[in-house]
Amino acid sequence: MKTLVKGARLLGGQAADLLIDGDRIVEVGSLSPDGDTGVVDADGLVALPGLVDLHVHLREPGREDAETVATGAEAAAAGGFTAILAMANTTPVTDTAEAANHVYDLGRATHLVDVQPVGAVTKALAGEELAELGLMARSRARVRVFSDDGHCVADARVMRRALEYVKAFGGVISQHAQDPRLAGPDACAHESELSGRLGLAGWPGIAEESIVARDVMLARHTGSRVHIAHVSTAGSVEVIRWAKAQGVEVTAEVTPHHLLLTHDLLSSYDPVWKVNPPLRPEEDVRALREGLADGTIDAVATDHAPHARHDKEHAFVDAAPGMLGLETALGVVSEVMVRGGLLDWAGVARVMSVNPARIARLDGHGQPLAAGSPANLTLVDPTATWTVDRDASHSLSRNNPWHGHTLTGRVVATFIRGACSARDGHALIPELVGGPL
Amino acid sequence: MNRHLLSSADLSRDDVETILATAESMHDVQKRDVKKIPTLRGRTIINLFFEDSTRTRSSFEIAGKWMSADTINITGKGSSTSKGESLRDTVRTIDAMAVDALVIRHHASGACQQVAQWVDASVINAGDGTHEHPTQALLDAYALRNRIGDLDGRHVAIVGDLTHSRVFRSNVITLGRLGAHVTVVAPPTLMPSGIADWSKTDGFAASWDLDEVLEGGGTHGPVDAVMMLRVQRERMSGGYFPTAREYTVTYGLTRERMRRLTAANPDVAILHPGPMNRGLEIAADVADSPNAVVLDQVSAGVAVRMAVLYHLLSGETGEAA
Repeated sequence: MKTLVKGARLLGGQAADLLIDGDRIVEVGSLSPDGDTGVVDADGLVALPGLVDLHVHLREPGREDAETVATGAEAAAAGGFTAILAMANTTPVTDTAEAANHVYDLGRATHLVDVQPVGAVTKALAGEELAELGLMARSRARVRVFSDDGHCVADARVMRRALEYVKAFGGVISQHAQDPRLAGPDACAHESELSGRLGLAGWPGIAEESIVARDVMLARHTGSRVHIAHVSTAGSVEVIRWAKAQGVEVTAEVTPHHLLLTHDLLSSYDPVWKVNPPLRPEEDVRALREGLADGTIDAVATDHAPHARHDKEHAFVDAAPGMLGLETALGVVSEVMVRGGLLDWAGVARVMSVNPARIARLDGHGQPLAAGSPANLTLVDPTATWTVDRDASHSLSRNNPWHGHTLTGRVVATFIRGACSARDGHALIPELVGGPL
Repeated sequence: MNRHLLSSADLSRDDVETILATAESMHDVQKRDVKKIPTLRGRTIINLFFEDSTRTRSSFEIAGKWMSADTINITGKGSSTSKGESLRDTVRTIDAMAVDALVIRHHASGACQQVAQWVDASVINAGDGTHEHPTQALLDAYALRNRIGDLDGRHVAIVGDLTHSRVFRSNVITLGRLGAHVTVVAPPTLMPSGIADWSKTDGFAASWDLDEVLEGGGTHGPVDAVMMLRVQRERMSGGYFPTAREYTVTYGLTRERMRRLTAANPDVAILHPGPMNRGLEIAADVADSPNAVVLDQVSAGVAVRMAVLYHLLSGETGEAA
């Protein structure tokens, strides 16, 4: 079956037609459909390579009441993603090849998005003994990204060994940078005058920055690749900028919420604003935007973290940390970075597709919109203004910090290997993926 | 006055004055042989204490009983997370029993503010984590005023573990409302983050030097009252200060400091919200000295809580008893 996407502005530039045959883009130019070609009118839309999210939590196995691989995949497709990396902090933890294959297979069954498991760095995320990194890498799931996300690999020796070990198969350690001695389990608010007034235990920027600084030096020492998850402070941006200038193989991601929301929201004590690392002040938000614009930060990753209502409706310090993000990420990046004049659409393609695919070594994603590339693409209406409604979501959870926000820029359609996986915010049911448009 | 009392900031100076005036008449009730008044007959007050407390819980309970309300105590240690029930479910279950007021003590800052959004009952903050303890600040003001008179322009030093103190956070507001000058004193490790900007915005002074403040060499000059805060011994293992001995020498209200203090001002009032660590933050002699207001604070607790319940639940202002 062939599909002709007509008149899309490729990466926001020149309008062109894309002919998709099977799972590939076969022709790009000024094209006319023949008899059996489905036509998608993409006039005024921006075409991007399918979005890739380095950081999501799908809660399956273990907490299928909060999210499943299937519902997370639906949210991802609706949000324009064609590949997502599922973090290892499930129950059981993804710390074996079997566990990785399980998540991978659940993902394949959705037909909506490629779900790539992230392997734990240490057994049970305990930070002590290395998980079976090599076996996960050799598994069917071909794990390349390893992270104890939710926990920092705090022990310098363990981190050093992990960085060295994954070199053998081109792996990368994605570090949740939080020195547990400087920001313990109760730390839940950016350490500042506000946290002092609110009586919430402070989570100082230095707890992140000191680990980032240590890990870029470890990466330099070991000649390994390190990735910093959810960078949240100006100080971390500064350290990463310096390390990149030294030639250290460091990459970094920032979440949409850290690009827009600030810590003053916490004065309501509403746990919807509780996230780890915490929301930061305006000056950090500014530095993160600049870092993303100048390439210091490589990628936007959602840290999509669904939680059941009853895990959020606690006192602030007791509530589960995390926010939804898959369905709103593109809208937030459009609002903050594109409309804010900091990135053009080619830049969005770089930080939401090309770079994350490269970091995760996902060869089928983040490819140019050119003949021969896999037909993974996302069509965006850059002028569509919409108001986020937490109840209009594919996620099983409702911890959506964007509820009521008006965003400009919206995903219109997502294609994975030539098959449409979502239209206008609705994921297709798996049986219909690849069916007639 | 608001339906809830969540933060000392909810009360204007007029509100504070009104509550303290009502507390005076409640205090008279307290001195009668028969202490019961019918003011809150038919009202139900639940004391919902998620964290241990002796004096606050019993004084709220007595306050309710003397005003003829039906008071029930529910205690549950630990977070509701551990019981598998969300805080929202816990409080909505209780609220569904058509109670009039929930007096809440919780280990988490902000819990009362959250609960107020979930229930129909009036919510009274009886101490939320390291955030606030508004009725404590009211009773401190009441006891202090009875001892040294009008607080306008008077200087109160608050000394101790400010970081973890809800008493400090509420007192700095209420004392400010009543026109007092406040200086807070602690080692840098026990000062809340951002205290420099915070104190500037809210018009109080902060110092690391107890002797300078007690000798009147600080921003606000000679002190009229000193409020010593409890320092938990666990703070030492947290590395907030090296030893109890060093803390006492540098920040304790020792006999020697008290001698110098009374030499300069024989009427200086010494407050402590309790429970006291005698010998750590306050010398035993000082705690028992005639300058100490500690037991007056406890006694004021009932009267002030009666006044708070009266104003929040009756929706009236003016004389009650």
